[in-house]
Amino acid sequence: MLSRVADAIYWMCRYVERAENVARFVDVNEHLMLDLPPGLPAQWAPLVKITGDAAEFSARYRDTDQEEVRWFLTFDSENPNSILSSLRAARENARSIREIISSAVWREINELYLYVEHHAARRSSPQHDFLQHVIRASHSIEGANYATLSHGEPWHFGRIGRLLERADKTTRVIDIRYFILLPSANDVGSPAEDLHWTAVLQSVSALEMYRQRHGTVRLDSVAEFLILDPQFPRSVRNCLRRANNSLHSISNTPLGTYGNQAERRLGRLVADLDYTAIGEVLGEGLHEFLDDTQLKLNGVGAALQGTFFSPRQHRQSGAAAVSPNV
Amino acid sequence: MRFDSYETGGFYDELFQADGTPRPEFRSLVDRIESLPLGDLLARQQAAERNLMRMGITFNVYGEETGAERIFPFDLVPRLVAADDWDRIERGLQQRIRALNLFCDDLYHDRKIVKDGVVPAEIIESAEGLRRECIGLNPPQGVWCHVTGTDIVRDGDGQVYVLEDNLRVPSGVSYVLQNRAMMKRTFPKVFRGLGVRPVVDYPGRLLAMLEDVAPRSAEGLEVVVLTPGPYNSAYFEHSFLAQQMGVELVEGRDLVVEDDTVFMRTTTGLERVHVIYRRIDDDFLDPEVFRSDSMLGVPGLMRAYRRGRVTLVNAPGTGVADDKVIYAYVPQIVRYYLGEDMIVPNVPTYMCWDDKQRQHVLENIDKLVVKPANESGGYGLLIGPHATEAERDEFRQRIRDDSRNYIAQPTLSLSRVPTLIEDHFEGRHVDLRPFILYGREIYVLPGGLTRVALREGSLVVNSSQGGGSKDTWVLAGPAQAAAMWPDPF
Repeated sequence: MLSRVADAIYWMCRYVERAENVARFVDVNEHLMLDLPPGLPAQWAPLVKITGDAAEFSARYRDTDQEEVRWFLTFDSENPNSILSSLRAARENARSIREIISSAVWREINELYLYVEHHAARRSSPQHDFLQHVIRASHSIEGANYATLSHGEPWHFGRIGRLLERADKTTRVIDIRYFILLPSANDVGSPAEDLHWTAVLQSVSALEMYRQRHGTVRLDSVAEFLILDPQFPRSVRNCLRRANNSLHSISNTPLGTYGNQAERRLGRLVADLDYTAIGEVLGEGLHEFLDDTQLKLNGVGAALQGTFFSPRQHRQSGAAAVSPNV
Repeated sequence: MRFDSYETGGFYDELFQADGTPRPEFRSLVDRIESLPLGDLLARQQAAERNLMRMGITFNVYGEETGAERIFPFDLVPRLVAADDWDRIERGLQQRIRALNLFCDDLYHDRKIVKDGVVPAEIIESAEGLRRECIGLNPPQGVWCHVTGTDIVRDGDGQVYVLEDNLRVPSGVSYVLQNRAMMKRTFPKVFRGLGVRPVVDYPGRLLAMLEDVAPRSAEGLEVVVLTPGPYNSAYFEHSFLAQQMGVELVEGRDLVVEDDTVFMRTTTGLERVHVIYRRIDDDFLDPEVFRSDSMLGVPGLMRAYRRGRVTLVNAPGTGVADDKVIYAYVPQIVRYYLGEDMIVPNVPTYMCWDDKQRQHVLENIDKLVVKPANESGGYGLLIGPHATEAERDEFRQRIRDDSRNYIAQPTLSLSRVPTLIEDHFEGRHVDLRPFILYGREIYVLPGGLTRVALREGSLVVNSSQGGGSKDTWVLAGPAQAAAMWPDPF
């Protein structure tokens, strides 16, 4: 397939997933703040920190109150990671490969963008229903991708984009604990701590599955579930294992070996997670671990770019495709 | 919804006769539309337009901010063409394209038509679309004009004329297919049983044609559609056709020429390309040969083309026949190459470079339409009867300054079709752009894009200037019906 097309479908899926995750963050924070004890100020600044947009935000906004942060994250067209901007980018990528994706996928993406743009134009504040719509529509897009696109090379590139983005966002939502200020931060097991981790699990739709696996909400179990659980589809390890499978489906290189830089980097990261215990992570520092994982994910993205999207290409020797007598 | 208050207003109406009764062959359509309640019709019209927006079937308007996406307005009342009418149009277009193709081939070889004194050398030499780089080239099968979208109109007396040839990169066929799909969804009961000839096989025929004109001995044949990119106003069509044919849609940056051979950049290396259905104008194709500032094209493409290693569709250089002065010679061109009279005639055309004809144009400009020879999209023309005296003076001056590049034609009274305006039907002027494919044989898609001037009284149907479209229903005659829907007994 064309390198440009691989690039476009990868980013199309990444941006949809990004929009979905931002919607989750905003929605959950909203609920979390409502449950804070009276007298404690609502905290919206951490949201900007976990999405990695603090500098961008402080350059253009004065306050970190609810309205400002919500606007910045949902409808601000100058914030490249807002829901609106992400979906615009997803749609522009989709538009450039309409002949590759199915009509169903295109229609879902186009409709979602038009829906968000409509709300942005009315300057309405993003309520629960709106955010849930974005999340549901993202699921529809993923479903349409799965059910209407052949599971060939383009589909695998899209899947890699979505899963890398999801892994990245899961590391960030766990890391929110590092930024947020709670009344009794050291008091593990306090109601506030419990509320916080419950909200984190909810923000990645993980609470129900977590309960089935671990029962009560505890920091180490939550971290283990969201980082290392082999079965939960938003855990970092699960996302990266599936992305790795897709990468090997594209190249036909056997799992456990590598044929290019992207496979080497991603394979090493997956192997690390496969043999990591949560005690180690917490012992070395959760924030440091998450930070390091994010850097490695960026490395995988760069390797994909170099390997597939804009490689230096030369015709292979022999040039079998050229027949001499045309 | 009734046609009771509908007026043909003294124009030729495609659906009604002058006395206000439906044309007999279209009677059943009129009955079916009349059986629909008004609210129902309006709701379906809105649903159809919403669906276009949802599917992103939009075009960008040049000169407006990005995001100025519009749907091409669509009217639910179809334009019908009777079987015998169509038969003549089809034969006329086949004749015309066959002759124009021979003309292109001759122009880039011996120019017999000039030597025999039929078309003056200076007209050809000064034609904007002439590409000297194409002299001596022999495209596969001798085909230059692979895809044509000829504009035809019907005048007040019912006579059908060819108004314009579009031999470069005509667009609009995607709307033909989308309009039909939408009409079938919206009005299954109206559509059923009328014997409308299908258009759905166009992408398959286009692909077959592209494969037919591939370079000889091409193995593992790779066909691509070359687009300027998502910001081009016809991008939807480029991607739609690529999708329907199941071929790659490429931009210039996806292609590279090595050893005079064209390749595309893929995730697994370079892959050979044999046929390029290019939707980029000649000027932008190859910065080594044409405009050196082109970012859309592929350096070296013409080298590969000249060596016969890739087929370009349409061939570069066909734009010469789009020149409206050359258009005026088409009757002679048809007679010269085929020894036949035109089946569908040209609109009578005055060539301003000729002293006598120019004098006539200058004196009668208030009755004529004046057109520049090389514009499209309805730009830069003067409709004499609708113009102010100052505008006419301006055009008189332009004609004197640049007489080679102006032609004039009588103002036609374009036929009308009932169109849903707010909550009732009014007549609106239409033209028709059928699409013609030329590979092994010449195929005319039964139907085409009916463009409608939605503004009351307007004669300008272009989408950039307030035009909309209608589905075109060509009714099957007994012969086609038997071929298409064989009698089960």
